[in-house]
Amino acid sequence: MRNHASYRAFLVHRLSGLGLALFLPIHLIVLGLAVEASALDGFLRWSELPLVKAAETILVVLLALHMFGGLRLLAIELLPWSDRQKNWIGWAAAASLAVGAGFVIRTFA
Amino acid sequence: MTNASLGTLKVEIWRGAEEGDFETFEVPSQPSQTVLDLVTYVQRKLDPSLAYRFACRVGVCGSCAMTVNGTPRWTCRTHVQKVASSGRVRIEPLRNLPILKDLATDMAPFFDKGQEALGRFVPSDARASEVATIPPDDPKRKEANAAIECIGCGVCYSACDVVSWQPDYLGPAALNRAWTLVNDVRDGDRQGHLKAVAEDAGCHACHGHQNCVEHCPVGLNPTRSIAGLKRLVVMAALKGEL
Ligand code: SF4
Ligand code: SF4
Ligand code: FES
Repeated sequence: MRNHASYRAFLVHRLSGLGLALFLPIHLIVLGLAVEASALDGFLRWSELPLVKAAETILVVLLALHMFGGLRLLAIELLPWSDRQKNWIGWAAAASLAVGAGFVIRTFA
Repeated sequence: MTNASLGTLKVEIWRGAEEGDFETFEVPSQPSQTVLDLVTYVQRKLDPSLAYRFACRVGVCGSCAMTVNGTPRWTCRTHVQKVASSGRVRIEPLRNLPILKDLATDMAPFFDKGQEALGRFVPSDARASEVATIPPDDPKRKEANAAIECIGCGVCYSACDVVSWQPDYLGPAALNRAWTLVNDVRDGDRQGHLKAVAEDAGCHACHGHQNCVEHCPVGLNPTRSIAGLKRLVVMAALKGEL
């Protein structure tokens, strides 16, 4: 019954929102502590750790998914109906992946 | 596969009301058998106390809707072959509605919500006056036409998760109906229709996940209608009309 693209888009949007709500505060607290504890130099070294980078990448992808998913919803609700709206799910997913890939290239390269 | 000589199907049918259990029946396979045929076989040959609803048997009335292997469907339009790959069929009453007995639900909450959404025509003109002329290519008429064929079967209502999560949600069919009326230039209470669907349990509660669209046997698109209502309600609220 829930095995179709629009429902999956809804799930991704809900779960990415939940993920952000859970991890953004942790992310900010850890950032805050790291900056406090080590001043800027130490902090920059810390943010080079692969684990930290990976966590940041996940956060960026969640953010992108939530944002593009939200834009898609706004388009559905504010623009006249288009039967192409199913394709927007694909575009939103692709754009999120592109943002994630861009982030990976920038941080790990 | 669908030949009498090829054996029997295991048919699990919900028995009881809210409290109850599945009872398994063995029903001989037939060519071109529908799920409604299975239920009818059980009721006629195996257990006459089985309660279920149907009328036309040909996909016109919408009264035979049940949950088949987890999916709401018109049972008279569902071939067993399509849903019973494993030789098993599980038949339950429609979700999101109180169960009266076995496969028969109480449809009253569903129809009541149609009224709550002011899903009825409000005349703007006297009966004796001339019939209004609305050209077929009028954009509003087109919008209304696209949504008008709902026969109130409740399949979308049963498929909608928001109805499960928020039981007072008006649901796809009632809102879809309201959309046809706000697009009907002959209707005399456009603002009343918009007010009725602007409530918390109205169009804004829809999450747009389109289970309704996926399952409507008539091929309607309630999500599209609800998105239209959301726009009109927002515009009316901005103009201070609500
Ligand atoms: S799109 Fe709206 S009305 Fe349709 S199933 Fe989803 S929440 Fe329900
Ligand atoms: S919109 Fe479709 S599924 Fe929903 S009640 Fe009408 S005909 Fe049935
Ligand atoms: S019995 Fe009328 S639609 Fe199935």
